[in-house]
Amino acid sequence: MFPVKFVPCPIDGTICRFVVRAGLAAALLAISQSHPVHAHGFAGARFFPATILTDDPFVADEMSLPTLTRLPDAPDGTRFSSLESDIAKRITPDFGLTWSDAYDYVQTPGLPKVTGLDTMTAGAQYQLFINGEHEAMGLAGLKVSWGHTGRVAALGQPDFTTLTPTFDWGKGFGDLPDSLNYLKPFAITGNLSVDFPTKVESAGTQHPNNFNYGFALEYPISYLESQVKDFGLRFPWQQMIPLVEFAAVTPFNRGSGPTLGSVQPGVIWAGQYFQIGAEMILPMNRDTGHGIGGIVQFHIYLDDSFPNSLGKPLAELFK
Amino acid sequence: MIRLFLALALLAVAAPAARAHAFLDHANPAVGSTVHGSPADVKLWFTQELEPAFSTVQVVDQNGAEIDKKDKAIDAGDPTLMKVSLPRLPPGKYKVMWHALSVDTHTTEGTFSFEVEP
Repeated sequence: MFPVKFVPCPIDGTICRFVVRAGLAAALLAISQSHPVHAHGFAGARFFPATILTDDPFVADEMSLPTLTRLPDAPDGTRFSSLESDIAKRITPDFGLTWSDAYDYVQTPGLPKVTGLDTMTAGAQYQLFINGEHEAMGLAGLKVSWGHTGRVAALGQPDFTTLTPTFDWGKGFGDLPDSLNYLKPFAITGNLSVDFPTKVESAGTQHPNNFNYGFALEYPISYLESQVKDFGLRFPWQQMIPLVEFAAVTPFNRGSGPTLGSVQPGVIWAGQYFQIGAEMILPMNRDTGHGIGGIVQFHIYLDDSFPNSLGKPLAELFK
Repeated sequence: MIRLFLALALLAVAAPAARAHAFLDHANPAVGSTVHGSPADVKLWFTQELEPAFSTVQVVDQNGAEIDKKDKAIDAGDPTLMKVSLPRLPPGKYKVMWHALSVDTHTTEGTFSFEVEP
């Protein structure tokens, strides 16, 4: 990330504004050299789709609208559904911002249903590396869940802000030896992050630090067909990506509770301009809930749909 | 919210002027195939139109030596088709390495093998 610092200008105001603008323009030009676009999830021959549960290991110009979720019933029988939207926007080819929010529907047995906004989350991401030969990539970021942006009293949304440094990674298996040809299409992406709440307690409830971890294992049919063996699968089968995702959260201090998490098998259909994904949600233990939930998502590739406007890094728009 | 979603979905689905990443749709010889007799050329069909100047294809033998005729071209009548001619190939395994730049400057790349039998 690029640290930004504003200091008083020691020269005449007009000249100062010119110097600052010229410096900004030069900086933008320097970090947005003209080069072929290589956006949303490519490392060499590997295309990483935007997974639904786990964060993606790449900066992107993409939007999920909507993501519809019906969680498995909570241990006390509470039913939770939501309609969510996410946007990721590159500022430079390697630096991007994210934003997400949701509208929740909660039905607890014996109580009236409650609806309202979830906590708004915003983040900044920097692409640490992309290795085409080994189909590998890494991304560091900071997510901020803003307190008081959701319905605190009715939905139990937090009245405090949480900072979450993240590390996301991806690895394709295309560099396996030819004797393992049919394993080459496999790829895995993963997340590691820690929550740092800015308030340790609200109304007698302690807020622990949480360790968040997860991964997505995927097998793109397009990779099999274009890199390994053409079985004659064409549209729409060639665009299918069967996958299974797993994510969990483990509190580790301040009266920490149990580990919660889910396993989500499903499929993503990745077209040229958008993808559609659907997964089952299976709770990993009784503390998480019971029964089966589901999630569907419509996801737009802004860089492919609007390559000369919305889909460009902002810094390149002003070149 | 629903109207916004519908508008964006329509824009994304019906964006005929937009170009996107060029994925390999199919090839001849086919990816991972075995052919009998030497093919005259390698043809690659992509999902998008290609930029001729910056799209490449090479065919190498098992030693990594380039054996194609280095006359790569984008088909004049079909801008999604890239091809390169081959000399008479002895039986063996060959690798095709391609790099595609779609007309809106999105890049993609890939490799695959095919085998020639007598």
